[in-house]
Amino acid sequence: MAAPHPESWTRITPEGLYCEPGGFHIDPARPVPRAIISHGHSDHARPDHDAVLATPETLAIMTARLGEGRAGRQQQALPYHQTLVQNGVRVTLVPAGHVLGSAQVVLEWQGSRLVVSGDYKRQPDPTCAPFEPVPCDVFVTEATFALPVFRHPPLRHEVQRLLESVALFPQRAHLVGCYALGKCQRLIAGLREAGWDRPLYLHGAQAAMCRLYESHGIALGELRPVPCPQKRGETVLAGEIVLAPPSAEANPWARRLTDPVTALASGWMRVRQRAKARGVELPLVISDHADWDDLLATCAEVEAPEVWVTHGREEALIHALAARGVRGRALHLIGREEDEGGDPLLAEEEAAA
Amino acid sequence: MSLPAFAELLERLVFTPGRNAKLALLKRFFATERDPDRGVALAAISGELSFTAAKPALVRELVASRTDPVLLAWSHDYVGDLAETVALIWPEPTHRPNRPPPELSEVVEALELAAKAEIPAMLAEWLDLLDPGGRLALIKLVTGGLRVGASGRLARQALADWSGHPVEEIEEVWHGVPPPYLPLFAWLEGRAERPDPRDAPVFRSPMLAQPLEAPDIAALDHTAFRAEWKWDGVRVQASAGPGGRRLWTRTGEDLSGAFPEILEALDFHAVVDGELLVIRDGEVAPFADLQQRLNRKVVGPKMLRDHPAGLRLYDLLFEAGEDLRPLPFDTRRERLEAWFACVKPARMDLSPQVAFASMEQLAALRDGARAAGIEGLMLKRGDAPYIAGRPKGLWWKWKRAPLSVDAVLMYAQRGHGKRSSTYSDYTFGLWRPDGAGGEELVPVGKAYSGYTDQELVWLDRWIRNHTLSRFGPVREVEKELVLEVVFDAAQLSSRHKSGVAMRFPRISRLRPDKPAAEADRLEALMAMVENRPQ
Repeated sequence: MAAPHPESWTRITPEGLYCEPGGFHIDPARPVPRAIISHGHSDHARPDHDAVLATPETLAIMTARLGEGRAGRQQQALPYHQTLVQNGVRVTLVPAGHVLGSAQVVLEWQGSRLVVSGDYKRQPDPTCAPFEPVPCDVFVTEATFALPVFRHPPLRHEVQRLLESVALFPQRAHLVGCYALGKCQRLIAGLREAGWDRPLYLHGAQAAMCRLYESHGIALGELRPVPCPQKRGETVLAGEIVLAPPSAEANPWARRLTDPVTALASGWMRVRQRAKARGVELPLVISDHADWDDLLATCAEVEAPEVWVTHGREEALIHALAARGVRGRALHLIGREEDEGGDPLLAEEEAAA
Repeated sequence: MSLPAFAELLERLVFTPGRNAKLALLKRFFATERDPDRGVALAAISGELSFTAAKPALVRELVASRTDPVLLAWSHDYVGDLAETVALIWPEPTHRPNRPPPELSEVVEALELAAKAEIPAMLAEWLDLLDPGGRLALIKLVTGGLRVGASGRLARQALADWSGHPVEEIEEVWHGVPPPYLPLFAWLEGRAERPDPRDAPVFRSPMLAQPLEAPDIAALDHTAFRAEWKWDGVRVQASAGPGGRRLWTRTGEDLSGAFPEILEALDFHAVVDGELLVIRDGEVAPFADLQQRLNRKVVGPKMLRDHPAGLRLYDLLFEAGEDLRPLPFDTRRERLEAWFACVKPARMDLSPQVAFASMEQLAALRDGARAAGIEGLMLKRGDAPYIAGRPKGLWWKWKRAPLSVDAVLMYAQRGHGKRSSTYSDYTFGLWRPDGAGGEELVPVGKAYSGYTDQELVWLDRWIRNHTLSRFGPVREVEKELVLEVVFDAAQLSSRHKSGVAMRFPRISRLRPDKPAAEADRLEALMAMVENRPQ
C-alpha cells in the first residue's frame, strides 16, 4: 500500500495547520487543546493553549514571555531528535537554526513524512543549534524573504560595518534596533567574535531574553542596562553600543543617548527604500530567516517533491520551485508577522520604554 | 581604492542625515585613500564626473539574459529602482573569477577608452566581481544616476577641514584643476605649491549678508549704505574669459549645463555677481518657474522658450583679469555701470539702486514691495570691499515682513540625528469645500523650524497623544491643533495638491486656544498669491 499523501492527514483550520490523526495543531494562531510550537516568537507561540509540546528551550522562552500559566496549561518538553508517538503519529523536533530552541516539526504517519520547518535560517549562528535538513514527502517552508533580491551577507560583514562606524564616530552612541529574541543575542555573539569586549548596553526589553540565553549556556559577555543621565539635559554612552527593540529610537527613552547613530538589524535593510523610509542611518542586513538562495537550496536538500509555502512572498517561491520540477502550494495562514515577518513600512513596532 | 570601498562610502553618505557626520565620513576617506582613486571618487561625489557610457536599457538587457523574467519583474516591482534591483538580483557567477574587484580609477579609465560595443561585456565582468553594494555603485556610475546626498560644497568643506586650509582658498583653485585633482591633493598635503588655475574660470567665494534685525536698525548710519532690491531667484557668479565660461551658484555648484542661453550671453572677459531669474517681458517670474529649470542636466527648446532665464547684475568682481574686489562698493558699482554700458551683454540688466533718505522711508518702500520676485532689500556699505564669507556690518539683508496663516496640523514626521526621537517636521493644511457640502483640510505646506525648544517638546507630546495612524516615521494626527505659519511668499503651483506653494514656511506660534474649525481657509492663502492670472 502506498503511503498516504500528507494532504490526506492534515488540513488548514481557522487556527492553523492541523494534524488529523494526531489531534494537534502546529503553531496555531488561537488557543487550541493541543499545540506543537516550533519556536518562541509570538506569531508562532500564542498564549493559552491547553497542552503545549515544544523543545525545553522554547518552553522556557514561552514561559518567560507569556507568563506562568499562559504558556500552555500543560507543558511537555521534547528535546531535539527524541521521538514521541501521539495517536500513531511520530513527532520529532529537529533544529531549525532560527533562534534558541527553534525546531522543525517532523511528522510521520503510515510511512508518509511531513516536515514543518517553522522559521529557519542556514547562516551560522553561535546562539542556536544549526538547521538539519530532513528528507521528506512534503516540506512546509516560510517565504519571508522569497525574492531573488534578498541575499543576506555574512554576519561578520555587517558586524564589521557597525564597528567601523563606532570607530569613526567615537563621540556618538550607536543605537542598534534588533528584535529581542534571537537577533539581539546573535548580534551580541557576532560582536564578541569580532573582538568587541566592551560592555554592551541593553534596553530593558532585551535584557530578560539575554539572561535566559545565558542560563542555557550561551555566553554573551558583559551586559549592562542603559543608565539614566545624572543631570537634566545630560546624555550618555558616547562611543558605546546600545541594543534596543526596533523603533526604540522613536521613543523619548532614546533622548538620553548622546547624538545616537541609529542602526537597524533586519533583512529588510537590504532594500534602500525600506531603510530610507525607516529613517535609519546605518542599515545592517542581519536576518534570522533564510534568504532566497538558502530557501531554494533547502527545498532541494530535503528532496521533497512537494513544498507548502506559508507566510511571505509565496508566489515567487512557488514559481521558482515549479521551474525546478517541485510542486508548490500556498498555505494561507493568518497572523504571521512578528519579528521580520511584516514589512517595516506597514508596521512600526512601538517598543515599551 | 576598490569599488566596494567607494560603494560603502556612498552608502553611508546616502543614509547619513547630519552634516557633521557626512564631513567626518569624507575626511576619513581623504585621509585614508590613495591617489588617483580618492580624486576620482571626489569627482563622482561632487558631480564633476558623469558618464553616459551605458543606458539603463543596456543594464536591463544584461540582467534579463541572466534571470527569470517573472522573478525579475516581481523584484523590480518590490524594490522600485531598476539599478538597485539589478545590483541585488545579479546572480553570483558559478565560477567567480580569481581576481579582486576593480579599482574605481580602473573602471573610469576603461570606460573612457572602451568602444561602445565592448561596454556590455566589460560591465558584465565587473558585475560578476562585485558584491551588491559595489554593483549598485557601478551601475549608478555608468548610467549617470549617482546621487549621494553630499554636495560639491560639502566635499570641499571636508577637504578644508581635513587639510586645515580655508574653504575659500580651495574654491578658488577647485574649478581650475581637473579630476583626479592630483595637484590639489599635493598642495593640501603640503607636498607642493598651490596650483595656479591660470586662465581657467574658477569660483570665488561670494560675499554674503547678515539679516537686519530691529536692534541693528537703530545703530545703522543710513548715509553710509546703498540699497537695492533683494530678488527672489538664485544668487550666481558668472565667469568668462579666454579660459572658458562658467555659471555657479553661491555654493559653487556648476549651473552651466542647465542654462545654455546664459552661457552663450557670457561674451566678455569678466566675473559678475548677480541673481539668476526667469524673466518674461521684463517681468520677474515667481521662484517656482525658476525651480523648473534647476536640477536639469539637459534643457529642451520648449523649456528655453517658456522659461527664459536672465541675469540681474549686482556686482563686478573682475574686469579683463583685473581684481576689483579690494575696491569700495561705490567704485565697483561705477565700474559695473560703465562696463555694462560698454559691453551691453545679452539677457542681463542691472539691479537698480533704490534711493532713500531715511530708514523709515526705506521700511515703507520695503513693505510696499509685493511684486513677485522681490524678497526684500539689500543694504551695502558704500566703502566696503568685496570680502568672501559673511563679514559683520558691511552687507545687510532686510526681508519684508512675512505673510501668515493659521493652519491645522495634519501630519508629523520624526527628524534626523538629534531629533530622531522627536516629531519635528509638520505638514499643515487649510480648509476648503469638500464638494459634498462640507469642509475638508488640504495640505498646503511643511515646516520644520521657527518653534522654540519648549514648543518642540510640547508639540512632540501633543502629537504622541493625538495620533490617528502611523506610516513609518510619519504620524497622522487628530485635526485639532492650529499653528500660526509665516512664510515669505505664496505662489501658484501645479505640483501641489492645494495648487499653491509657500516660500520658506515656518511655525511662528502655537495656537492651542483656537478651535481648528476657525483656522484659515485655502481662499485666504490664494488671496496672497502673487502670480495669479489677472
